[in-house]
Amino acid sequence: MAPLIEVRGLVNRFGDHTVHDDLDLDVYPGEILGVVGGSGTGKSVLLRSIIGLRQASGGTIRVFGQDLQELSAQDRSRVEQRFGVLFQTGALFTSLNLQENVALPLIEHTGLSRSDAEHLARMKLALAGLPAQAAWNYPSELSGGMVKRASLARALALDPEVLFLDEPTAGLDPISAAAFDRLLRTLRDALGFSVFLVTHDLDTLYTTCDRVAVLARGKVLVADSLEQVEDNPDPWIQDYFHGPRGRAAADAHQRLGREDY
Amino acid sequence: MPTIGNLTIERDTLILTEDWVLAHFSQLRPQVQTALANAGATDHSVDWSGLGRLDSAGAALIAELLGSDRLTALAESDTDLAPERRELLLAVARATSGLEVDPVSQAPTLRESLARVGRGMSEFYRGQKLLAGFIGLTLTALLAIVPRPRRWRLTSLVAHIQSTGLNALPIVALLTFLVGAVVAFLGATVLENFGATIYTVHLVSYAFLREFGVVLAAILLAGRTASAYTAQLGSMKANQEVDALRASGLDPMEMLVLPRVLAMMISLPFLTFVGMLSGILGGMLVCFFSLDISVTQFLTILERDIPLNHFLVGLGKAPVFAFVVAVIGCLEGLKVSGSAQSVGEHTTSSVVQSIFMVILLDAIAALFFMEMGW
Repeated sequence: MAPLIEVRGLVNRFGDHTVHDDLDLDVYPGEILGVVGGSGTGKSVLLRSIIGLRQASGGTIRVFGQDLQELSAQDRSRVEQRFGVLFQTGALFTSLNLQENVALPLIEHTGLSRSDAEHLARMKLALAGLPAQAAWNYPSELSGGMVKRASLARALALDPEVLFLDEPTAGLDPISAAAFDRLLRTLRDALGFSVFLVTHDLDTLYTTCDRVAVLARGKVLVADSLEQVEDNPDPWIQDYFHGPRGRAAADAHQRLGREDY
Repeated sequence: MPTIGNLTIERDTLILTEDWVLAHFSQLRPQVQTALANAGATDHSVDWSGLGRLDSAGAALIAELLGSDRLTALAESDTDLAPERRELLLAVARATSGLEVDPVSQAPTLRESLARVGRGMSEFYRGQKLLAGFIGLTLTALLAIVPRPRRWRLTSLVAHIQSTGLNALPIVALLTFLVGAVVAFLGATVLENFGATIYTVHLVSYAFLREFGVVLAAILLAGRTASAYTAQLGSMKANQEVDALRASGLDPMEMLVLPRVLAMMISLPFLTFVGMLSGILGGMLVCFFSLDISVTQFLTILERDIPLNHFLVGLGKAPVFAFVVAVIGCLEGLKVSGSAQSVGEHTTSSVVQSIFMVILLDAIAALFFMEMGW
């Protein structure tokens, strides 16, 4: 199967500091790829490079078989409409209420009327688990968890083919985080999109991801199913997955079984 | 390329075919609404075996057509449905079940217009009360640190003096120079009729020493610095930096507000002085070139006829204006709540309010000084 996103020989430098050094990574259609790595290993930088917010210092990134940096502005916007992005801090437009936030891409890109777009937007907000009356709230009136959900609803607005999530469950309580994981799998199964998931949440990793990519020392050390990654002898990976938190998450996952999620 | 979805009613069966996706939402929704309006479509049986692609927008339409309870029941009982499609339909049905209709937006009635005026008034009253309170707070914070030189934020103070005072010098000088020239021209034109063009010198000096020097400088600082104070403090507030200061046991009044207020109070008198000089210089040039009043003559009249008290009256207003402008700028910044729009609103408000206050205070001061004969 041809990869949806193909990163080859990616190099990213900030001054003298090299974050990515000849990094390769593939994302296949329909999979949920978890990206893990210590703080400062450039997970968010990788995400920003793929969605074209950052011009990489070297290497190529092909999305849907096209290199974003080579496309004209119009073609590029068309490709970007097939992305859904959830930023780390939500990045909701603070001057718009939630349904306007979600309706904005619908109105701009699909030519829906405002009332149709807002109707759909309210459905997406509810799908992301927000109460109906929250649609008229402004981002500044929301808790952190609600911002995450609203931001997911906006990312899903155009029914994207690839969803980029930057630490979606950080700051959520365990119940909401588990619901988020379940929601993500449900939507992925139903809509068939791929997910590029940057996370530190081991439970999310165990319950949702089909493959896990481990970033360290500027490269992807390994990108494979969780069982394979766990057995990798690299000391950082061993620490990560077999440290106290990793073991707890693995145990919990085994007890509950994948089907329960 | 997806084909546009179709909804047909054959006898008592709703038949859904082809692709129900976001791209065709605007064509599909009217079909759904027509079906809903015609003959209780909710009682019909449903055949969705011919459905092509389906996404959440299409599922939302189906939910609108059938109602979420019916959709849930149908999706659960239909054994031929692919499991992921069932999941999608169920998820969307759950999501749409709680959605109520849009809140009705009512046309404004007379009562509501009156209420809005009332709200505006009480808002204004609260604003002024808050400003008075904030002035008091600033003064107490100032008095509290005066006897403790260790808590004077000298670095911050000097940095703010540089940005509000020193960096504003060229623009203040240029602006007052131009206004000085304009006033001299006006005076020359009007006074020529009486053969009293020599009094242009008095006009320019009186105007700049008493009023224009300080008012122009204060208005410039209101536009240039009050807005900057509001935007700085506003984004700090939005970023929770002000909360962080308070939580570390530091007083934002002392750390943020006082250095700014004091910097403004130190800068404005200097800017006023420069404004007076360059305004008079502008007048002097016009006198020299178009009225044949030599520089020596101009300066002699200035020295002989214009008493010192006019200069003092003008300069004396500077610290008061500076205080008011800086306090309004800081207060508006601290009123910011969260959003980018709020920063914009309060910045506008701070500039408008501070210019308003400068002109109002100047008018009151002019009356007062006139009555006192100063």
